[in-house]
Amino acid sequence: MTDRKIRVLVAKPGLDGHDRGAKTVASVLRDSGMEVIYTGLHQTPEMIAEVAVQEDVDVVGLSILSGAHMELFPRVREELKKRGLDHVLLTGGGIIPGEDMEKLESQGFAKLFGPGTRTDAIAEYIKTEMKRRWAHTS
Amino acid sequence: MNASPDITERFKRGDKGAVARAISWAENGDPRFATLIADVYSKVGHAWRIGITGPPGAGKSTLVNEIAKALRTRERTVGILAVDPSSPLSGGALLGDRIRMEERTLDKGIYIRSMASRGSHGGLSRTTVDACDAMDAFGFDEIVVETVGVGQAEYDVVSAADTVVVVLCPGAGDGVQAMKAGLLEVADVLAVNKAELPGADRLIMDLEEAVHIRLAGKSTWMTPVVACSAARGDGIEDLIAAVERHREHLKAHDLDGIRREKRLAQVHRVLDERIAEHLWSGGGFGERARALLDSGRSPYDVVAELFSALLAEHRHQKNGAK
Repeated sequence: MTDRKIRVLVAKPGLDGHDRGAKTVASVLRDSGMEVIYTGLHQTPEMIAEVAVQEDVDVVGLSILSGAHMELFPRVREELKKRGLDHVLLTGGGIIPGEDMEKLESQGFAKLFGPGTRTDAIAEYIKTEMKRRWAHTS
Repeated sequence: MNASPDITERFKRGDKGAVARAISWAENGDPRFATLIADVYSKVGHAWRIGITGPPGAGKSTLVNEIAKALRTRERTVGILAVDPSSPLSGGALLGDRIRMEERTLDKGIYIRSMASRGSHGGLSRTTVDACDAMDAFGFDEIVVETVGVGQAEYDVVSAADTVVVVLCPGAGDGVQAMKAGLLEVADVLAVNKAELPGADRLIMDLEEAVHIRLAGKSTWMTPVVACSAARGDGIEDLIAAVERHREHLKAHDLDGIRREKRLAQVHRVLDERIAEHLWSGGGFGERARALLDSGRSPYDVVAELFSALLAEHRHQKNGAK
């Protein structure tokens, strides 16, 4: 009898101190049936990757409002790779200009979400993506 | 996904990603957990398992963080399991205990796992014991399990622990409240946290009295009441000393027997689950029960009939095997 839940790490890397968005997304993902680990403010890429290992998450969602997204997304991905977590869905959102979003998505990051996104669209995206991935593996 | 032999090998190498995956398997009811734990079961039993329970807001997570820190200065490695409630409506959960344990994230001698209670219908106890076994076999010296903080789930979780620490704090009801809640019955050690707050001395006296009434002359272990302040880091050494005294006490009083009885309870639970699953999914009992109910029989009648049918099939199989 297997009953697998989607496990998501919602993390705030870097220096900005605003986590209302992250908390909102975390609550929405919980309400759509996921298990959400929230670790609070000011996490380093190394800490985020280490938590992802220990919690065996399927998804890492970064909330970045500081403008440092072009630096932080690749650094988190690198730390995840170092720990063999290439399979984790790395997504996120915040104040990210459209062209940066396109650039990051073209570099292989999962879909990113900007201000004004309907929160259930994020949950829907993660569910669809995980369903597709789990159909191929396990 | 990685195949099981690969995870087993990484598990034996001490790769935290492997113990993390093993616990996920246990949570998901994935049969690969049983294979893995059978392979490493000879290593289970080394760790001391400390359960931390008490009402919400008593300071359990902060206390777990301080206990882990103190154990690390003694060069012990620590596996932490932090259980938070699942939403009964969505089945999801928001797991936030790590926030108070953030300083421990990058410590190589520490592993922290957040776990959702997932509706606790027996499942929590099974998964908690499985997760503790996985961390034990992985090689941690101490295992700390932090519970949800309310209700029946407490009893499930303490069944996984060697020493249960009940955390209370002043301002959340007196000692009589604690007696009513049944928390004293599960406590091996009582911790009065936030001991700098007014009312702490009174709570300590109440608890000492309650322990005395309950245990004096009846038990070889008198539950100690320890004052502490997790936020200030005070009293943590006293608390650990109390846990260690309890450990020595159990070692002198049939620890192996106590642990075997807990194992027996685990076998009982898992066997019940397997039988129920077999009956309702493979055994066709759902169909038969439906047909009997449609014929106007009472539920107890239906149970009696199905149970006799089950025994008859069992006897038939036994005779067939001879």
